[in-house]
Amino acid sequence: MADYTPDHVGTVTKYVFVESPSMTPGELALRAYEASEGVLIKETCFGLQVTGEPEAVDRLITEIRTFDPTHIFVKDRGFPPGDPRRCRANLGGARPGYLGHEREFRILRYITHGLEEVERRGEDAAVPEAAPARERRPLLDIKRLQELIDTEES
Amino acid sequence: MAKVFIYPATSLILSDLVARFGHKPLGAALGIRERIQTAGIDSPPLQITPEEPKRGLKYAAVEVPSGVRGRMAIYGPLIEEAEAAVVVNDADLAFGCMGCARTDELILFSLRQSGIPILELKYPTNEDEGVQFVAAIKKFLASLPKEGEA
Repeated sequence: MADYTPDHVGTVTKYVFVESPSMTPGELALRAYEASEGVLIKETCFGLQVTGEPEAVDRLITEIRTFDPTHIFVKDRGFPPGDPRRCRANLGGARPGYLGHEREFRILRYITHGLEEVERRGEDAAVPEAAPARERRPLLDIKRLQELIDTEES
Repeated sequence: MAKVFIYPATSLILSDLVARFGHKPLGAALGIRERIQTAGIDSPPLQITPEEPKRGLKYAAVEVPSGVRGRMAIYGPLIEEAEAAVVVNDADLAFGCMGCARTDELILFSLRQSGIPILELKYPTNEDEGVQFVAAIKKFLASLPKEGEA
């Protein structure tokens, strides 16, 4: 077995997603470069990846969030940018994890609306009384099963 | 600042909201980063080595498949570290092979057994639900101890 020597030890990488009517990932990248102070920034189709010392990244993320607070979303990433084990340039197809991001990207507009409304309403924002209980999925009815079998056979 | 476990552990929305409201989200990326940045045997793509299923024995019995134990070696320490959890039930992006499915069940079971405060939600499907979703998370996180407290 080969030895493994890691790169970027001691750094953190974060994804920055922008879903905004007034800011593109390109504009976000330009503004982030101005405030980067040595943090590695990679522009992507959905926003940025930022890599650097934890304090420097946190400082930059705080700055980036101010550009468009309710339309910019941030999460941690385990791998550094361009890592051959994850980069789609090496693997082909979508990067592992991208499809999950794509799925959540579709509901970001509801979160944005929620953030704006909660900020506007303050303490009056509607909070559900109780957490929704986990619903048990209904079992497959025997008649429905027979219908499925009949449909399949015909 | 409380450490808040998020489920799905790769969720962008939960990770962002927890950090936005002043707490530390504990997600899969932290466990993966720790392995990616630790020297050892080359074991791509996630640096999951044969040691992980052994570490997973702390969280799952030896009869449990090694795939589940290996995954629990990543999530188990995060659950132990967590002071609260935000869980989205029936998230359609939280699916995978049988190993992922059983690990997900074990994660939720471990969280409920741990006795930490848990907020259970569903992803919003319209703007009104979006407001409720954000408000519920904000209220829950506001009830947790902030930096310097506790």
